[in-house]
Amino acid sequence: MKVETLVKSLGLRVKAGNDQLHQEVTGGYAGDLLSDVIAHSARGNVWVTIQTHPNIVAVASMKELAAIILAGGREPDPETLKKAEEEGIPLLISLLPAFELVGRLYQAGVTGIVSC
Amino acid sequence: MDQTEERYPFYKTFNIEGGNFIHAGSISSQVKRILKEEGFPNNVIRRMSIATFEAEMNVICYARWGILTLLVFSDFIKVAVNDEGAGIHDVNQAMIEGFSTADEKIRELGFGAGMGLSNIKKVTDEMVLTSVVSQGTHLEFMVNVNPVRNSCEALNPAGINLKCNPATGGTAEQHGIISNGVKDGAGK
Repeated sequence: MKVETLVKSLGLRVKAGNDQLHQEVTGGYAGDLLSDVIAHSARGNVWVTIQTHPNIVAVASMKELAAIILAGGREPDPETLKKAEEEGIPLLISLLPAFELVGRLYQAGVTGIVSC
Repeated sequence: MDQTEERYPFYKTFNIEGGNFIHAGSISSQVKRILKEEGFPNNVIRRMSIATFEAEMNVICYARWGILTLLVFSDFIKVAVNDEGAGIHDVNQAMIEGFSTADEKIRELGFGAGMGLSNIKKVTDEMVLTSVVSQGTHLEFMVNVNPVRNSCEALNPAGINLKCNPATGGTAEQHGIISNGVKDGAGK
């Protein structure tokens, strides 16, 4: 599954990284503690968070994540947008709160480390 | 002498400003870029990027300023970070996952989970942490480019003032350089 498939099926707003939506999604991770995400996310994951500051791009880039999805309609800081474009990380927004968003992602076939 | 020997080792230093969250992660991004340009394996680059990011964030969150030095050898990469700041009361406690002294502001940004140092330990091959309270902290870590390496030599490639002979191998711990990856330097 590609990032662009999720953009369409979940109605996500693309704020940055429009040219990187062909990235393959390997799974998902949710969390707002950056060190936790660094420790437990995997390459190609989509990351659901409510953090909006530029460091999320640094984490996503370092872990080679497929996309960041900001939950609850949160808008990224201007510096975050700039950095996401520079690093080629898709920055997406969902109006759904994190719990609902993760549920929809799971329904769409995006699983975590443990798939039921 | 072949080209590899001529190019390595080299080093680069970076200044880190405590409390400056805007440019946080920029040094680890640069380190990642340098290692990529040098053509190191992806897993080595990934591990060094993670450890450098956590080290950089520690200085930003807890110190006034710091200097991060990247040393690139053909067969291992090392980073040393010296900072001036509050220091760490108990380095062994600081290594415990979940232990944190972060304030509310740091936690709101998603830092201060108490996982930074343990993350560094997990992704690196050797790690040494020493600290003097009210003065600062010294952290160094290295990642082998090849899976197996004499860690004694890696920590001190020149072999200066070490009891061990790099040629004979042995772990750093055996040679008294580190103990459980952490050395308490408080009061020294």
